[in-house]
Amino acid sequence: MPFLTYVGIFLIVPTVIVVIAAFLDGEGRPTLGNVAELREGYILRAFRNSIVVSATSALIGAVLGALLAYVVATGNPTGRLRRAVTSACGVLAQFGGVTLAFAFIATVGGQGLLTAAVQNALGTDISGNWLYEVKGLVLVYSYFQIPLMVLVFLPALDGIRPQWREAAESLGGSTWDYWRQVAVPILTPPFLGALLLLFANAFSAYATAAALISQGAPIVPLQIRTALTSEVLLGRENVGKALALGMIVIVAIVMTLNSLLQKRSSRWLQ
Amino acid sequence: MSDFSGLASVGVSVPANTPAGAKTTTAPAGGGPRARRGRRFQAIRYAMLLLLGLFFLAPLFALLEFSTRGTGLTAPRTLDPWRRIVTDPDTISPILASLELAVLTSVLALALMVPTMAWVRLRLPGISRTVEFLCLLPLTIPAIVLVVGLFPVYSRVYRLLRTDSILTLFFAYVVLVLPYVYRSLDAGLRAIDIRTLSEAARSLGAGWPTVMVRIVVPNMTSAVLNSALLCVAIVMGEYTIASLFNYRNLQVAIQQLGLSDANMSMAISLASLMFAFVLLLLLSLVGRRRRRQGMA
Repeated sequence: MPFLTYVGIFLIVPTVIVVIAAFLDGEGRPTLGNVAELREGYILRAFRNSIVVSATSALIGAVLGALLAYVVATGNPTGRLRRAVTSACGVLAQFGGVTLAFAFIATVGGQGLLTAAVQNALGTDISGNWLYEVKGLVLVYSYFQIPLMVLVFLPALDGIRPQWREAAESLGGSTWDYWRQVAVPILTPPFLGALLLLFANAFSAYATAAALISQGAPIVPLQIRTALTSEVLLGRENVGKALALGMIVIVAIVMTLNSLLQKRSSRWLQ
Repeated sequence: MSDFSGLASVGVSVPANTPAGAKTTTAPAGGGPRARRGRRFQAIRYAMLLLLGLFFLAPLFALLEFSTRGTGLTAPRTLDPWRRIVTDPDTISPILASLELAVLTSVLALALMVPTMAWVRLRLPGISRTVEFLCLLPLTIPAIVLVVGLFPVYSRVYRLLRTDSILTLFFAYVVLVLPYVYRSLDAGLRAIDIRTLSEAARSLGAGWPTVMVRIVVPNMTSAVLNSALLCVAIVMGEYTIASLFNYRNLQVAIQQLGLSDANMSMAISLASLMFAFVLLLLLSLVGRRRRRQGMA
């Protein structure tokens, strides 16, 4: 079957190469040196930064996205607001990469629009290096995380039956009781699942960060760039592959948890 | 777009199973506690929408503002950076390369996936889970990881094809678009009774190629169109693989321009964005038409 051959060559083989070569040295002899290299301070820092950026932007995206989804879900199900928000989110969730980085440079960069406006109004300079560091990445990633959350979480909110609220009320429960004992317990698994999805999404993102940060490599994908573009140091050819393996492991753990949560949430929400 | 940020089921219609009119927020008349709460909730709603709207629109507006700045502090607004996009041969060639890649990728991805998915549905339902898993795998494996593993594969490809033209990138791009093509074709196939259709065609003497080209594809044009549009949007926004393989596609060109001609790079960023917006808007129109047809 041509499909299996194709996927084998361009998807499975590259992944297997990463996994195997992470345990080979420059001459193809088996070694644990590359993986041991991951304990180096600068690499551990990169992993920590990556996790901080992904977790923070996932949390911001999940909370704001869930609120926006709630606003949409409680509105008219066939109304213009809902159509506009879901279409916009479909587009914006896809909007990452170089253009997004430039849009933020144009806004809060050294000569950005907002920077100039604040400078004129308050006399303070809000630009600076923060945009090109971990803090900046969190802000920029939120731009595609919030819409992604809306897309992922809206079906869960739609699955909440109004009869459940009526049932709670007819049993004498207050709004608070309803939220605490019905809505929140049901929505927790899909919310956590979406949170993990957003984490993986930010953790794997490369283009946005690469366009924003041209010097230095605070996060893992950029460390891989450094490893790939400066393969001159002898005996370290496969450190990039060890880094890639580290990314695969983390994403695999996150996505496994996500699918477990999905199973759990499908009990109540269809 | 080149990012992993595409986990969303864009282009796949979300079933509208909202219980109609059930969760109305219009406050009932009168001044009871419920109405007061309703009005307060309305105010919070609008405040939220306004703030988030500003957050999403400000960077786009800033892009427009930046791209029409003149050089110098007091210079008037100018469209010069926009004009330079079409006159600078240095930007034309990466744009063309990206467009060619987009076409190649959509054609190959569809040629690969339509027969495979139809065949699996008809003859090999047992491996449908495996095919689904393989197709959705690129969502889980970060593109940057794929690049690391693709280097050795590509050195073989170059030797085999005796070329290292930028167009060879489409081999990798087909993998990137696989999840999106899979989802939209899957939705398309679900909507038709492919078994009856193909058996009818076969009993009238049609061979498998005829069944694919004259029966399956015409019955799911919107799904095929959907996939093609998504492929174009993804390939036009791809940066990771091209830049690390040292090719100059549209996004790499934009990034390089950012270092030399900021205003023009902002202009071309916005242009490529608007292109993607239009594509994805077309996509949602196609989806809506399909849904309406499905209801009829």
